[in-house]
Amino acid sequence: MSRIDSVTARDSFSVSLTVGAYGVAFGAASVASGFSVLQSCLISLLTFSGASQFAAVGVLGAGGNPVSAIATASLLGVRNGLYGVIMAPRLKVRGIKRIVAAQITIDESTAVSLGAEGRSSDSGRQGFWLTGAGVYIFWNLFTLAGALGAQAMGDARAWGLDSAVPAAFLGLVWPRLKTNGDRLLAVVSVVFAIAMTPILPAGLPIIATAFIAVAVGLRR
Amino acid sequence: MNAFWIVTIGTSVIAFLLKYAGHSIPQHLLENPRLQRVNALIPIALLSALVAVQTFTSESKVIIDHRLAGVSVAIVALLLKAPFPVVVLSAAFTSAAIYNWL
Repeated sequence: MSRIDSVTARDSFSVSLTVGAYGVAFGAASVASGFSVLQSCLISLLTFSGASQFAAVGVLGAGGNPVSAIATASLLGVRNGLYGVIMAPRLKVRGIKRIVAAQITIDESTAVSLGAEGRSSDSGRQGFWLTGAGVYIFWNLFTLAGALGAQAMGDARAWGLDSAVPAAFLGLVWPRLKTNGDRLLAVVSVVFAIAMTPILPAGLPIIATAFIAVAVGLRR
Repeated sequence: MNAFWIVTIGTSVIAFLLKYAGHSIPQHLLENPRLQRVNALIPIALLSALVAVQTFTSESKVIIDHRLAGVSVAIVALLLKAPFPVVVLSAAFTSAAIYNWL
């Protein structure tokens, strides 16, 4: 690898720190949902994908069974696989390096890499490794801080954590709502999930909305 | 093994396998535009449903409480293009204030 491009290094660092800091919200939400501090930290170390992690603890915390929690989290993790498809021919790594690359293939490392690629293909690769490693470090440190903090707080509702979690989901979905079709799908999913909650077992109203998305995506 | 451990391990294993599979399969298999579109839409549906369930329900019942106020403030913050931490903190603050003092 050639000399590290300073613009890429700066972008990677600022993305790593800001995104990693959301780990506080995850650690807190996880403990508030009933996971231990150790389990919360393991999820961040091993799953390492924000939306999937929030979904896993959110579904189980809302009374869902483990299968629907894992299924919801996994459906949200599919996009990381697609990022892998995009990154693999650019990184060209094998063995242990491919395992490490796979683990840090997330929204941010892919985005910074593709942005930096305009300068040079070396910058693109540096952007991927620096951002992936940077987010990994900060995300895990902040998860621990959030988990310990929530454990010390006690009643999650008194600290507004029960609203911070849906607000975090809202912040994750908001930038994805680009067209009127996207917004309509979001509203339909909200109405469907609320309407089905008293009828279906916990967790299923959420995962069932994935089928609405598939139906819409195949038709349009 | 209890539910929390099952979710901790199950989610982690599948998350890694999905990432690793992406790095290992040929690119042309996933170039279908319909597949790409479905992939963009699934997170919208799931995350929206999670917002709804976490805001309006509690133990399989539909309930309107302090959480709706918190999430409403989050929507205002997003409309004002506030950064993510401001969105989350403003929701938490509003919700906690109503829960504790009303």
